[in-house]
Amino acid sequence: MPVIAFFSVDRRQLATLTGEHLWLVGISMLIVVAVGVPLGILLSRRPGWRGIVLGSTNVIQTIPSLALFGLLLPMPWLGARADRLAILALSLYALLPVVRNTYTGITGVDAPVREAAVGMGLTPWQMLWHVELPLASPIILAGIRTATVITVGVATIAAAIGAGGLGEFIFRGLAMVDNSVILAGAIPAALMALFADLLLGLLQRSLVRVRH
Amino acid sequence: MNDSDAVAIEFVNVHYRTNGSRELISRLNLTVHRGETLMLLGRSGSGKTTTLKLINRILNASQGEVRVDGRSTAEWDAIRLRRHIGYAIQEAGLFPHYTVEKNVALIPSLEGWETARVRSRVQEVLQLVGLPFDQFADRYPDQLSGGQRQRVGLARALAADPPILLMDEPFGALDPITRAELQREFRQLKQRLSKTVVFVTHDVAEALMLGDRIALMDSGNLKGVFTPAEFLRSTDDAVQPYVNAFREAQQIFNSGGSGLCR
Repeated sequence: MPVIAFFSVDRRQLATLTGEHLWLVGISMLIVVAVGVPLGILLSRRPGWRGIVLGSTNVIQTIPSLALFGLLLPMPWLGARADRLAILALSLYALLPVVRNTYTGITGVDAPVREAAVGMGLTPWQMLWHVELPLASPIILAGIRTATVITVGVATIAAAIGAGGLGEFIFRGLAMVDNSVILAGAIPAALMALFADLLLGLLQRSLVRVRH
Repeated sequence: MNDSDAVAIEFVNVHYRTNGSRELISRLNLTVHRGETLMLLGRSGSGKTTTLKLINRILNASQGEVRVDGRSTAEWDAIRLRRHIGYAIQEAGLFPHYTVEKNVALIPSLEGWETARVRSRVQEVLQLVGLPFDQFADRYPDQLSGGQRQRVGLARALAADPPILLMDEPFGALDPITRAELQREFRQLKQRLSKTVVFVTHDVAEALMLGDRIALMDSGNLKGVFTPAEFLRSTDDAVQPYVNAFREAQQIFNSGGSGLCR
C-alpha cells in the first residue's frame, strides 16, 4: 500500500506537520472562545446589535476559505507571518457558531428562572455566573464543537499561504498528482476532526448529565 | 409605634405606562401595613402583577412614588431592595441546574453568611415548608412534583429572612388538592412568621381564605380595599361579580352535596 509506505518513510515530517496543525487549530480556537463567548454575551445584553454581528460573522463564513486567506495576505504586520495570518483567518471562520450558540443559549434561559433570579436580587454578573452561563453551557459547548471541527478542516488550506500544517501534504500531493501523499495529509486531518468531535461531545454530555 | 412604623409598603399616586405608553396602572394609592397579608385580586390584565413588580423594582413607576419602609424605591439600591423582599412566582423559577439545597442557599451565601449558618438556615426553612432536609436537599427541581417545587420556591424566598414577601399566584398552576394543602399550610405559616405579604391571585376563595385585606383591581385601577368580611358584605359594583361567583360555587356545591348524600 502506497499510504503505508509513505507513513513509514516520513514519520518525522508527519509528526511535525500534525504538530503545526494542532497548534494552528488550538490557538485559533482559544481566540475564538475568548472573543466569541463574550461577544455572544454582549449580544444577549444588546439585542439591537444582533443583526449586524451575526450577519457579518455569517458573511465571513460564506467567503471561500482559500479566498479569505488570500484577502488577508496584503495586511501589514500579519502578512509577514503566515501562521499569524492563518490563525486570524481561521478564527474569523469559526466565530459564528460560538457567538450564535452563546447568544442562543443565554437568551434561551426560561423566563420564570430569569424572573426569579432578578426578583431575588442577583446582580447582572451573578445572574451570568450562577444562572445564564451554567444553563447555556451545553449549547455553548456545542458551538465550540462545531467550530473546532470546521477549523481542523479549514486549517489544511493554511498550507496554501505557507503556514504549514497537514495541508502541506495535500497541496504537495496535488502538485505531484500522488494520491498517497494527499491521503497522508487528509487522513490524519480527518482523524483529528473526529477525535476532537468525540472529545467535545463527551464533555458536552457530561455537562448535561451533571444535573441528574 | 407611630404611623410610619406601621407602614411597610406605600403607593403614592403611582402610574405605570409601557414604552408604547399604554397605561397599565392609573393613579394607584395603596398602603400595606407591616405584618399583614394583602391580597391583590383581579382578572388577567387588571394590573395586579404589575403592581407587585413595582414593589421590588422589576418595573419602575412612570409617575408617583412607591415606598418601602418609608423610602422611595427609586432611592433604594435595586439589589438591596430585592434582597430585602422575598419573591415567589407561579412556576417557582427554580434553577434547574442547582439542587434544592443550592437553590435555597444562594441568596444567604451571596449575602456572605458563613457556611454553617447557611446550612442550618436551609434546614430550617425547608422544615418550615414541610420538606425534610435529608430527603430533599440533594434533589434537582426536575425530580420534584409541582407542589414540592412551589414549597422550595417559598423556602428560597424566605431563606434570607426578608421582612416582606411578594407572591405572584404561587399556587396557580397546582392541582386543586395540592393547592388546598399549600393554602392551608400557608395560612398557618404566615401567622408564625409575621411577615408583610403581598399576594397576587385571581381566585376569590383564595383571597378570602388567605388575606387580612383584599385589594380589588380592575383594568389598572384600584376598586377598593376590604377585609374578607367587608368584601362578602359589600354592595360595590366591582365586588359583586366576585361575590356572586363565590356564592354560586358554594350553592352548587351545597345542593350537589345534599343531592349526593340524601
